[in-house]
Amino acid sequence: MARDTFEKELATLENSLLDLGNIVDLSIVEAVEILRKQDVAAAKRLIIGDAEINRRRFAIEADTLVLIARQQPMARDLRTLAAVLEIATELERIADYSKGNARIAVKLGTKPPLKPLVDIPRMARRGSEMLRNALMSYTRRDVQMARAIAAQDCEIDALYDQIYRELMTYVISDPRNIEDASQLMWCAHNLERTADRVVNICERVVFTVTGDMIELDDPDDCLDGDEPT
Amino acid sequence: MVEKKVSAENINYFYGGNQALRDVSLGVPAHSVTVFFGPAGGGKTTLLRLINRLNDMVENTRMTGRILLDNKNIYDEDVDVAILRRRVGMVFALPLPLPGTIRENVTYGLKLAGMRDGHRIAEILEKSLVQAAIWDEIKDRLDSPASSLSGGQQQRLCIARSLALEPEVLLLDEPTSGLDPISTRKVEDSLQELKQLYTIIIVPHSIQQAARVADQAAFFLMGDLIEYRPGTEIFTTPRDKRTEDYITGRFG
Repeated sequence: MARDTFEKELATLENSLLDLGNIVDLSIVEAVEILRKQDVAAAKRLIIGDAEINRRRFAIEADTLVLIARQQPMARDLRTLAAVLEIATELERIADYSKGNARIAVKLGTKPPLKPLVDIPRMARRGSEMLRNALMSYTRRDVQMARAIAAQDCEIDALYDQIYRELMTYVISDPRNIEDASQLMWCAHNLERTADRVVNICERVVFTVTGDMIELDDPDDCLDGDEPT
Repeated sequence: MVEKKVSAENINYFYGGNQALRDVSLGVPAHSVTVFFGPAGGGKTTLLRLINRLNDMVENTRMTGRILLDNKNIYDEDVDVAILRRRVGMVFALPLPLPGTIRENVTYGLKLAGMRDGHRIAEILEKSLVQAAIWDEIKDRLDSPASSLSGGQQQRLCIARSLALEPEVLLLDEPTSGLDPISTRKVEDSLQELKQLYTIIIVPHSIQQAARVADQAAFFLMGDLIEYRPGTEIFTTPRDKRTEDYITGRFG
């Protein structure tokens, strides 16, 4: 295999992956901000913009397959390309969650909000930060960093539980709140799933470097952490 | 425990002052495809040749250690080399059809071994050509000159010639190095059939071929056996950095 050619083409591919990562990362916080500000027009723009994310993901997939066919990589090179495919898919799914949150913003519209949003934007910021760092751990091939990011999922899970419980109290106190509360629960759920996808990316970093396929989201790990009781 | 058809035990091999193999030990399971691979001068072909004593006549060489075929050292004094080579067949990189027809190429060894039964010879002829995945292409012209076949067909004819003697082990030294992709694929496919009946050891002509055919693969570097593991693992997650560097094209 011509290493120079392979490395040059891999670098181009990874740049496309990181570009996609940046766009998706921005969408996480943006969708929740749109929801908080009740900006329906912006929500619709974000929904339409998802098509571009899908296009980029398919382009990465096609380029990866060409690179595999032409260079026939092995060992770590092969694992890297498998990771690129997987990460591109995870990014596209995360973008779908952001699109889902934008749809919720459209549904809730401009009617008076059930409650001021505090923890949901917090969750979005944490998720976005996790994704940014996960992509950094990929470019640095840093297993320790990937593991540390995955461990932060406990915090997201705890926030989700807290938001869920809080919204339930709104429903219990006045059943007419059920529709708005359930929309917000879905929003929190989307963010919780976003963080799970980030954990999958971290698992791919570990696999790329070590060849070990491991699960980093063992719920038992969270029991030792600072989950609120 | 998996039955080891061939075992190398602590093999050291010297060409004059150069050591070509250094304390190499490995076991080759029966009915599987074992690959020896690595850069030139690594020792893979030397080990292959030692398994049917092709280096016996090479001057100024020396070997220590044992090579066992069914637990019997093939270098023991009481081993008849002619019989050993019937049990352990070899196919080389360049197809070397004998002058004569396709039929004669396959049956020559049988006749040399004293077989006279025409029916039996015809049976073996067809079986060998079928096993080497060439029967359908040449069954109507068995009496044409072997030299009229394409390179890929000639190589499969040579494999059939080895198979006619019903060896237990088949050694293949870069058997597809001169072949086009279609002929290469046919030879590779036939290996998967042949391993049901024989034990196959192959030095492939590329790492990609090694990855395609190997049930297990041994990586040789400058006379050392670096890593010997299942084919499903060594090409995706090699354990040794030298294997990794070689198969990802960082050297060699």
